[in-house]
Amino acid sequence: MIDIREVTKVFGAGSDAFRALDRVSVTIRQNEFFTLLGPSGCGKTTLLRMIAGFEGPTEGTILLDGDDLAGKPPYERPVNTVFQSYALFPHMSVAENVGFGLRMLGRPKDEIAATVREMLALVRMSELAERQTAQISGGQQQRVALARALAPRPKVLLLDEPLSALDFKLRKEMQLELKRLQNETGITFVFVTHDQEEALTMSDRIAVMNAGRIRQIGVPREIYDHPADRFVADFIGDTNFLSAELTARTGDTATLRLPSGRTVEARAQGDGTPGKVTLAVRPEHAELAPPEEGALTGTLTEVVYSGTDTHYHVALDQEAGLFVLRRQNRPDAGPAHQRGDRVGIRLGAVAGQVLRD
Amino acid sequence: MDATTRSRALLLAPALFILTVAASGPLLIVFVYSFLTPGDYGGVVWDFSTQAWFNVIAERDFFTEELGWADAHLAVFWRSIKLSLLTALLSFLVGFPTAYFIATRPRRSRDMWMLLIMIPFWTNLLIRTFAIMELIRNEGTINTVLIAMGLVTAPVQMLYTEFSLLVGMTYVYLPLMILPIYASMERFDFRLVEAGYDLYASRWQVLRRIIFPLVKPGVIAGSILVFVPCLGAYVTPRVLGGGKQIMLGNLIELQFGQLRNWPLGAALSLTLLVIVMVALLIYVRAAGGEEARHG
Repeated sequence: MIDIREVTKVFGAGSDAFRALDRVSVTIRQNEFFTLLGPSGCGKTTLLRMIAGFEGPTEGTILLDGDDLAGKPPYERPVNTVFQSYALFPHMSVAENVGFGLRMLGRPKDEIAATVREMLALVRMSELAERQTAQISGGQQQRVALARALAPRPKVLLLDEPLSALDFKLRKEMQLELKRLQNETGITFVFVTHDQEEALTMSDRIAVMNAGRIRQIGVPREIYDHPADRFVADFIGDTNFLSAELTARTGDTATLRLPSGRTVEARAQGDGTPGKVTLAVRPEHAELAPPEEGALTGTLTEVVYSGTDTHYHVALDQEAGLFVLRRQNRPDAGPAHQRGDRVGIRLGAVAGQVLRD
Repeated sequence: MDATTRSRALLLAPALFILTVAASGPLLIVFVYSFLTPGDYGGVVWDFSTQAWFNVIAERDFFTEELGWADAHLAVFWRSIKLSLLTALLSFLVGFPTAYFIATRPRRSRDMWMLLIMIPFWTNLLIRTFAIMELIRNEGTINTVLIAMGLVTAPVQMLYTEFSLLVGMTYVYLPLMILPIYASMERFDFRLVEAGYDLYASRWQVLRRIIFPLVKPGVIAGSILVFVPCLGAYVTPRVLGGGKQIMLGNLIELQFGQLRNWPLGAALSLTLLVIVMVALLIYVRAAGGEEARHG
């Protein structure tokens, strides 16, 4: 278990000082696939490097299974990293790379050899054990980097955007592979990425970060369906933001009045006082309808075909901005719409998530 | 021979000409002289003789005609090789951390550091050698300070010792060690250091198992670049050795000068060349082996 308490990191000093992390607190559980998700510069890599020991916190503490990690150099932490650049040692063979950590720990030779064999089998690289690292492909290097970091059986495996250099198909494959490895080894994985889709598919829990702060922590479904604020809603998936007025609330359901005058229901947590709010609606949660039936009306400005889906861009009558809808392309899909058509937008029984500004 | 090959051969011609005339020519003369008889007032007499080669390592006693080792020559050989190796070692011990320091500076300040390393190198060799002499002689800066501080009562004899030669040659050839190591280190991916720390390697282990193996070609090149000119050093042992601690270069000069034994001088020169060749061969073997392993 990693317990990160009120951690702040400031780089530089005086007027150049940059606050990379601002009072970040999070608890990562045993055997969890935990993802730090956010745009570049949000502090996710800094947090990872602090767990690894490459950076020290300016303030706050990091505990690993109750032990304070402060002042411990990276080589005294039972934590290993899969680097974005892989950082394989070019003067060693694949097997020597994988065995390096155990060798530094002073394990006996036959134990190292056995573990190296086991790890290479785990990442399906047994045949290439004697190759030089320059002689294998990017995807294979990735597997070697994984095996190397797993070989010393760390308590925590840190992964710094390890899939970003791979092409689409290989990335998909490695996502499943990583998930399998985590299940088989039972090691806690802390995964850093800026790819929201990657985060949603792989993680047990996600922490969404922006500008040095954690904006929301939750399981993928929670993050997607109940974004805590506008940043999270915008960063994870596509979202339409509508201005609305909250008129009543019972439990988690709020009644909203849209500028069109229609009333819809949406999910809301926290503050339930009536007033101006933002309604976040996912593109796949709304559908096109005849103008008189929609909660909103507008003019179709663009129809974008993308294989599995078609995206409809609607210029709203009631407020500025586009509303984007997504419809799966099926043979029994409804009537075709064309650019310039007058359309209505029908929202679901639960229209979306209410966000406070 | 087509047009491209011909124009390439033409481009090669000046270099070939210079190499043949300026290197092979004199070398051939030295080779021939080493098999001739010395003239009374220097120069050579055109009588074939292997005496000079014999005298490189052996000598016949003037009175008893007894055969023995040429102890004086062997002592100079030994001193030259020993001091050259020590100079290479000392240059490595000083130059490696220096190159590491420079290679880990921000890119913009690296050139400034390299310039500071190179400036003394571009200064006249004699001036630099006399500067060292001024530092280490009995009335020099170091002894004056030591005496003033009360650390010693009498000046420490440093000048005209092997120590003074070692210090002088290290000072002179240090840039030749730093440059190739720096060139290797600049290409070194320092992210590997973090990977090493992450995998439980201590600072020393990271240095020994990751940094050193990857900059080794630079270290070997630097060692050769320092070792070879040290073997034939002339000015430094002349000034700092004061005729007591002579090296191969001085011994050769003696044969052509005061001792008027040109064939022996020629034979000694060729012996020096052989030693250099052997050193280069070891280098090529070591560097070649490296490359074969890393592809």
